Amino acid sequence: MRLNKIILSFVSALVILFSTSVASFAKVVGDKIILGAAISLTGKYSSNGVHTQNGYNMAVDRINSMGGVKVGGKTYKFDIIYYDDESNPKRAAQLAERLISQDGVEFMLGPYSSGLTKAIAPVTEKYGVPMVEANGASRSLFTKGYKYLFAVLAPANLYLDVAIETAVELNGGKPVRIAQAFEQDAFSQDVRLGILDAAERTGSKIIIDDKLPKELNDMAATLVKVKQMKPDVLVVSGHTKGALTAIRQIAEMKVDVPMLAMTHCDAAKLSKQHGKNSQYALCASQWHKSLTYKDDFFKDGMTYAADFEKEFGYDPPYQSAESSAALLVFKDAFERANSFDQKKVRDALAATNMQTFYGNIKFAPGGQNVDKPMVLFQVMCDASGSCENKVVAPLKWASAKLIHPIPKWSER
Amino acid sequence: MDFLVFQYPMITVQACLDGILLGVLFALIAYGMALQWGVMNIINIAQGDLVILGGYIAYFMYLYGIHPAWGVIVAPVIMYFVGIAIYKLVINKVVDRDLFISILATFGISILFMQLMNFAFGADVVLANSGYGTTMLFDSNVVLPNSKIFSAFISILFAVCLVIYMKKSKLGRAIRATAQNARAAKILGVDTEKVYAATFGINAALCGVAGALISITFTIHPYMGLPYTIRSFMIVIVAGLGNLPGVAMSGMGLGVFEEFADYILGTEFRIGSVFLLLVLILVYRRFKLSRKREYLK
Repeated sequence: MRLNKIILSFVSALVILFSTSVASFAKVVGDKIILGAAISLTGKYSSNGVHTQNGYNMAVDRINSMGGVKVGGKTYKFDIIYYDDESNPKRAAQLAERLISQDGVEFMLGPYSSGLTKAIAPVTEKYGVPMVEANGASRSLFTKGYKYLFAVLAPANLYLDVAIETAVELNGGKPVRIAQAFEQDAFSQDVRLGILDAAERTGSKIIIDDKLPKELNDMAATLVKVKQMKPDVLVVSGHTKGALTAIRQIAEMKVDVPMLAMTHCDAAKLSKQHGKNSQYALCASQWHKSLTYKDDFFKDGMTYAADFEKEFGYDPPYQSAESSAALLVFKDAFERANSFDQKKVRDALAATNMQTFYGNIKFAPGGQNVDKPMVLFQVMCDASGSCENKVVAPLKWASAKLIHPIPKWSER
Repeated sequence: MDFLVFQYPMITVQACLDGILLGVLFALIAYGMALQWGVMNIINIAQGDLVILGGYIAYFMYLYGIHPAWGVIVAPVIMYFVGIAIYKLVINKVVDRDLFISILATFGISILFMQLMNFAFGADVVLANSGYGTTMLFDSNVVLPNSKIFSAFISILFAVCLVIYMKKSKLGRAIRATAQNARAAKILGVDTEKVYAATFGINAALCGVAGALISITFTIHPYMGLPYTIRSFMIVIVAGLGNLPGVAMSGMGLGVFEEFADYILGTEFRIGSVFLLLVLILVYRRFKLSRKREYLK
C-alpha cells in the first residue's frame, strides 16, 4: 500500500514537472517562435493533412535557413508543435485548447478543411490567439466576426463563379443554362452559393440543382437528367469522391455537355486515375505552379514546385503551397509588429498587404484573402494519352487557350 | 423538376434498369449477411468494410497491371481466409452470446478495419478502370455502362453457384442443418465449429466479390463501408432470413426504389428515403408480430 503511494506521488511529480517544462518551453523562448497546429495525420483527411504539414515544414526550414524572423533587433527561428486531430472536429477543438492553455502556444496555424477550422476558430478567438489558416475556405468562417482568424486562401463561394462568367462570355454575353450537383457539406454548399450569385448576376438559369449525399459514389441519376435536359454548363463539387465519380460516369454514360467545371481535380489526381476520360474538365484551383507571383523565399511557383518535389518526392498540390504561404504571412506580420504582443501581431496581420509565390495577400475585415483570384485549369491530353493541367482563366495568367465546347463523345 | 419522370418517359426505363443492376449487387452482399445471420445469429456491422477490403484487392491488382475483373476470382479467395481469421480471433467467442454482444464485437471490427485500411492504403478515393464500354439502347436515350452489366451478371452467377452448393454439397447441407437447429445438428455429428468458420469465410468471400465489382463500377474509400452494411441489413430485414429469392427481389426493389426516390423527391432524399422505408417496414413487422402474440396468448 505504501509502495503504491510512493509510486503514485513519484508519477504525479513527474507529470507536473513535465507539463511545466513543456509550458515554459513553448511560446517565444530563447530564439524560437513556437507555433501550434492540429493537423489530420490520420483519419479521412490524412492525405491532405500531410500535404498541409509538408507545406508548413517546407516554409519553416526555408525561413529559418534564410535568416529567420527579425523582431526587436534579434533573430528568431520558427518551430511548430503538431498534434494529430484524427480528422475529428471535436478532437481538433480539444487540441487547440491544449496547445493554448497547456503548451502555452500564442500563435496558431490552421488545420486542414473548413470543418476543422470551424471547430478551432472559436477556441483561438476566446483566447485571443492569432491564427493564420490556409485550408478552410468556407464562407461561414468569415461572416462570424472573428477578429483573430486570417485565411490566405480565397473563400469557397469564389471557387467556380469564374466558370459561369467564362461560359456566359463564350455564349456571347447571353445567359446560360446551368446544371449543378453539390455534396451536402459546408464547403460544397458554399461553392453552390457562389454559383447561385453568379447565375443571378448574369441572368442565367439553374435547371438542375442536385444535392449529393456525403457517402456519394453514384450520380447516374443526375447525369441522366443532364443527358435529357442538355444544359450549357455542368458544375460538380463533392471533394475527390465527387470529381472521380463524375468523370467515371460521364465517360461511361457518354454525357455530352459543352462545359464541365469541378473542384478537387488535382487532389483526386484526375488525369492519373482517369487518363483521357478526364480531358477537357475545368477545375477550380487556389494556385497553380505556372502562376508568376514572386517572393524572396521561394522565388516563384515553378521554383517552389521543383524544391518541394526534391524534398517530398511529389508535385505540390495547392494545399501545400497555401500552407507554406501562411508562414510567410506570419513572418511578415511579426516583423512589422516588431513585437510578440498578440494584439499587435493581430493588427499587423490585419494590415497585411504582400505578394508571395502563392499570390497576393490582403485580408478583408472578415479575415478572408480578397487579393487573390481563383484560377481555372483545364485537363489537356496529347495523342499519347499523357495529360496535363493548363491554366485557362483568368486570361491574365492563362498558359493555354480554353477548349470550348467540349467535343462530343461520338467525335472523340 | 418533380415530374421529370413523366416529361421524359425514357428516364423511367433508365431508372428501372439502373435500379435493378444496382440492386443485384446489393443483394449479393445482403445474401452473405442473411447467411451468417441465419446460421450464427450474428449481425455483422463490419460487412461493408469487408466489401471495401475486397475492393482494395481488385484495385491493387489493377495498379500492378492486372485487369481488375480478375479481382472477382482473387478477392474472394483472399477474403475467405480473412473471414476465417476473423472468426477464429473474435467471432467464435461471441457466437453463442447475446445478439447485442456480437453487434458490439463486429462494430469494433468495423472500426479497426476502417482505420487499418486508412493506415495501409491512405485516405484517397480510388477506383479501378475496367475499360468496358457502354451499351446504348432506344436510340441512345438509355445508357448502361457495361461495367454495371458485368457486375450484375457476376453477382447472379455467384448467387446461383452458392445456392447449388448449399443444396448439393456436404458442407452446404451441414450449414443448412446448423441454421435450422444447431444443437440437433451437433448431436447428429455435424462439427458446428467448422460450419460457423466456413459460413463466416463464405460471407467474407461474397463481400470480396462485391467489393471487386464496386471498385470497377463505383469508387473505394476506407470509410465508405457503412452504407453497404446498412443497405444489406435493410434488404435482409425486408426479405427475412433464409429466403434467397426474397433477398434478390428485395435487393432489386430497393435499387429501383432508390432511383425513383432520386428522380421524384430529389437526390438529397435518396438515402433518407431508404431509411424511412426501413423504419416503415420495421413498424409494420412489429405490428404484425404483436398481433400474432396476442393470438398466442
